[in-house]
Amino acid sequence: MDYSPLWISLKVAALATVCTFILGLFAARWVLSLKKIRFVIDGVFSLPMVLPPTVVGFFLLIIFGKNSVLGKLLMSMGLNVLFTWQGAVIAATVVSFPIMYRTSIGAFEQVDKNLLHAARTLGMSELKLFFKVLLPVSWPGVAAATILAFARALGEFGATIMLAGNIPGRTQTMSVAIYTAMQSGNRELAYRWVAIIMAISFLTIFLMNYWTSHQSALLTGRGRRGR
Amino acid sequence: MALYVDIRKRCGDFLLEVSFETDREMFAILGASGCGKSLTLKCIAGIEKPDAGVIRLDDTVLFDSERKINVPTRKRGIGYLFQDYALFPNMTVYQNILCGAGNKKKAYEYIEKFVLEGKEELYPAQLSGGQKQRVALARMLSQAPRLVMLDEPFSALDNYLKTQLEREVMNAMEEFGNGGIFVSHDRNEVYRLTDRIAVMENGSIADIQDKHRLFEAPKTLAATLLTGCKNITRLERRGDGFYALDWGILLTAVKDPQDGNDFRYAGVRAHFLEPADESLNGTENVVACDILRVIEDTFSMIVLFTSRTAAEKTGYAVMTYELSKEEWEAVKDKPLYLKIPADKLILMCR
Repeated sequence: MDYSPLWISLKVAALATVCTFILGLFAARWVLSLKKIRFVIDGVFSLPMVLPPTVVGFFLLIIFGKNSVLGKLLMSMGLNVLFTWQGAVIAATVVSFPIMYRTSIGAFEQVDKNLLHAARTLGMSELKLFFKVLLPVSWPGVAAATILAFARALGEFGATIMLAGNIPGRTQTMSVAIYTAMQSGNRELAYRWVAIIMAISFLTIFLMNYWTSHQSALLTGRGRRGR
Repeated sequence: MALYVDIRKRCGDFLLEVSFETDREMFAILGASGCGKSLTLKCIAGIEKPDAGVIRLDDTVLFDSERKINVPTRKRGIGYLFQDYALFPNMTVYQNILCGAGNKKKAYEYIEKFVLEGKEELYPAQLSGGQKQRVALARMLSQAPRLVMLDEPFSALDNYLKTQLEREVMNAMEEFGNGGIFVSHDRNEVYRLTDRIAVMENGSIADIQDKHRLFEAPKTLAATLLTGCKNITRLERRGDGFYALDWGILLTAVKDPQDGNDFRYAGVRAHFLEPADESLNGTENVVACDILRVIEDTFSMIVLFTSRTAAEKTGYAVMTYELSKEEWEAVKDKPLYLKIPADKLILMCR
């Protein structure tokens, strides 16, 4: 059995999670500070979640294609994302971004506003406030968001196959491998990939539950008393 | 510090319109919840932005809508003690205090000052209410604020803890020495902790006076009610005196000749009423009582009654008389007549 889809999937999902983590958090923080145009931006950022992944892939093809401004610019720099694993990272990032963004903004909004006010009266800069107060206090929610985003990136199919294609050993991820196996009538291979994906998914959910309960115990002081 | 505030802010149907000045004193804003007292503090701290007006601290302009000045919260140098203390739950006591102190030496100085040695490495969730308040005070005062504001710090506490924490705040504020603004809905708290009191109602200041004067002679109905006066009546002019519409009796008062004559309300505190002899019935300032209910309080008796001569039983008609248990023993078996001392009568124009 060729395990390359597993490694490609993990590489793509891990990189996509890193990108979506950073982009999602900063988008959430930015939208939180908006007033009038908030619902517009919020809608744009959430769009990839409600659009069919193939439509997202279609748009990405157009944006990164040879005829677009961005495509031409990348081309002149000798970069091409179409039908490469980097393309798969972009597809997975875009599709998992709304999950990261929406869950994080929810976590940020749950933070007691007085904590942020207190930090400001103590002379803390907005940057320091974000890293020292907002992010740590909302960490259980943000961690859950990250794991959900990772799970989504790992299972990405539609946009990936549109943008990165299905090249065995280069862009074929596990989800795509299952599809290919079924298409060619190789049920046994499909079962194996299904089993591997399910194992990874269970592990992520388990880690998420463990992580969030551990983190909230830390913040409320349960289990740490008497030290 | 001398603080000058004159601001307006509209929030939906609510209009905040306050102006006052304080100078190195403990200044209180007393008001029911939702009257805008916390919003006022938030505007001064820069957490909320007023629609219009000026906020000045000493000679620094913190906010001026006309000159488009709005100093950000972190640069205002105003210490703010929140009701729930707003300690950072992800930081230890030491780290919390460090946020205000800025350096290690100063942080430890304040840990010592607020008797928090040995607690440095604990998280806020592991502290008692009193310790939390001390951390919050240490954190706030270690940043050497120019002005301190306390936003209902005791309202969520039980009575026993309240007394103790109040004393700690009193000590800390005395040492700080620059005065501050204290916001509360509890008249006793406000009276004990501050020198001058502004009474706030519905977004504007109803009365602002030295605390002794305020409790003796509040100028408005809102202030009278908030300072805890339980007996209120509407007034009508009758010759030299007044007729109390809700009590159905004639009243005379010792009144300041400077005051106008357009008094519309009168009030008297429950413990200033005096038992009177039956023979005085029908004379001025004497109420013939129909007792509704007698409530035994911890150290006193509270008698709820209406005036026998009151024509209609309006919302103001139920009056309260508070007296010691011994005094009650002496008068409880006879029909009750009460005299309203003329010098204790509070007169209000609005």
